[in-house]
Amino acid sequence: MSTAPTATSGDDRVVTRSALNTFLSMPAVGAFIGAIVIAALFFAVAPAFRNIANIGTILYVCSTIGIMAIFVALLMIGGEFDLSTGVAVTFSGLAAAHLAWYFSLNVWVGVVLALVLSLSVGAFNGWLFNTTGLPSFLVTLGSFFVLQGINLAVTRIVTGGVSSNRINDLDGYESAQAVFASEFNIGSVNIKITVVYWFLLTALLSFLLLRTRYGNWILATGGDSAAARAVGVPVKATKLALFMGTGFAAWLVGMHNLFEFNTVQSGQGIGNEFIYIIAAVIGGCLLTGGYGSIVGAAVGALIYGMTRLGISYAGWDVDWLRTFLGVMLIGAVLVNMYVKKRADAR
Amino acid sequence: MTATAEVEPAAEPRGEYMLELDDVGKSYGNVHALRGVNIRVRQGEVTCVLGDNGAGKSTLIKIIAGLHQHTDGVMRVEGKETKFNSPREAQARGIATVYQDLALAPLMSVWRNFFLGNEIRKGVALDVAEMKRIAGEELEKMGIVIPDMDRPVGSLSGGQRQVIAIARAVYFGAKVVILDEPTAALGVKQSGVVLKYIVKMRDAGLGVIFITHNPHHAYLVGSHFVILKLGRVVLDAHRDELTLDQLTGEMAGGQELAELSHELRAVDPGKTVEGHEVRHGSVGSPTVDSGSGEDAGSDDEKA
Repeated sequence: MSTAPTATSGDDRVVTRSALNTFLSMPAVGAFIGAIVIAALFFAVAPAFRNIANIGTILYVCSTIGIMAIFVALLMIGGEFDLSTGVAVTFSGLAAAHLAWYFSLNVWVGVVLALVLSLSVGAFNGWLFNTTGLPSFLVTLGSFFVLQGINLAVTRIVTGGVSSNRINDLDGYESAQAVFASEFNIGSVNIKITVVYWFLLTALLSFLLLRTRYGNWILATGGDSAAARAVGVPVKATKLALFMGTGFAAWLVGMHNLFEFNTVQSGQGIGNEFIYIIAAVIGGCLLTGGYGSIVGAAVGALIYGMTRLGISYAGWDVDWLRTFLGVMLIGAVLVNMYVKKRADAR
Repeated sequence: MTATAEVEPAAEPRGEYMLELDDVGKSYGNVHALRGVNIRVRQGEVTCVLGDNGAGKSTLIKIIAGLHQHTDGVMRVEGKETKFNSPREAQARGIATVYQDLALAPLMSVWRNFFLGNEIRKGVALDVAEMKRIAGEELEKMGIVIPDMDRPVGSLSGGQRQVIAIARAVYFGAKVVILDEPTAALGVKQSGVVLKYIVKMRDAGLGVIFITHNPHHAYLVGSHFVILKLGRVVLDAHRDELTLDQLTGEMAGGQELAELSHELRAVDPGKTVEGHEVRHGSVGSPTVDSGSGEDAGSDDEKA
């Protein structure tokens, strides 16, 4: 038996950790290391990567993935998956476009209805999960396919084709475009508004997770939902809100896609759900929940964006992108695991 | 260590019960997990609930803690008939439970666990510094010092985790604290620490319900003993009416223990056998039949 400490004297087996160890035990450490390595790699091999004007392009790619990835990360920290996120983005864009076009509405009405629908999809996922007790993996796999079918079929019914009708002649288009798809320049760098949203939401969700009561509930719900419930945490409401959060993110990205290109392809988005999850996992989220980082997920999205553009800037075949991502996923997870073990052991 | 645990009637002259169960039962379909349980809990008293695995102890505390609802009988909290719909309601009425599995999230830090569900806020934000300070102080009062409140709870020892869970219950104003087998997973010394806290809580005027299957631990601190067996109360006695031997006997199932000792008398516990290789299939089932040839001591007791 271990020598139990005598009461009132300190337990010398548990000592304060150094600042370095505290840093190394952060969930996002693998992502930070990965981001630096990837940046250095492409900085060396791809001349275009060194062009400062391309920073805007890289960040743009990161932002459309990153906005979803941080909400997916929050959900994963809460212990659940959402596989329907990729098609949910397309669903939201299509919903706004079809509703506004079909009824000749002000596009803002379409935008708001799309928000309601997106939140409803999230709420439905959460409700189904809470009432059936099925794994969220299954529940959202189901809604993934349901939404995918709806996207294709409804678009066919409304437009007879595979893309939504252009809506740029409808009322409110200009202002909606200004909100969801505008851009501005800082020096020679062109920044899309989604980059701003991405940064803001990362800061907001990080604060939510680490510094609010609700964040504490998310950590507990994901870490041990029975324990959380036993001390009075409303576990079901917490999870429901998390699913609705991914619905909100899908809406935001969907609106951007719609007003950026002013039409949405009904088959888009499939496969992206895994990119979001990969970004979250590279960022340090455990698949089992209860542990992870929002900033890490944002950095995970940054890694994705740098890789995707770096490969083409370097003149490599872009077909290799996914292979690269797969290797990176495993690598980052191993680094996370190894570093965390070392830091915790010390 | 304890021995001072004799009846302390000074603490409860009002004679009113903090928690009363009247003929409480719980059935799942046609399975009766608990039947006709009567328990009275006063503040300033330790009520021990003993029972073997599957006796219904867990079901009982889950009813009191608000995780399950009873299907028969009446539960009264401070005289008022009550049925809790959630653990939150039970907590709001001053009933806190420290579970066997501790109800701590292992990956979360000490202070986050301590304040889980009762977070202190400054505006919308958590008041982290304040929570760390309070958690540190409360744990120090309990005799454990954790210099780094950001440590994940999973990296602490079982005893430390138990104390965190107890400290949390006490800090958040519990009037009745239910301890679900707090000593079951602990070593001798750490069990002693937990037992001391039980006495401390009693002296502070809390009602303690101590669930255990260890009659020795129970008798060290208990003022009142209830033994459950197969979902029923088989013994309900005050400390005065009972000795440790009786308690142990009742707990082990009295009659059953006698039968068991009768059966086991044959095995001659003092005997040792020289080690040698055991062929597959050479160790038979324990039914006492022909006394296995080579040992002489066992055949006379067969009958």
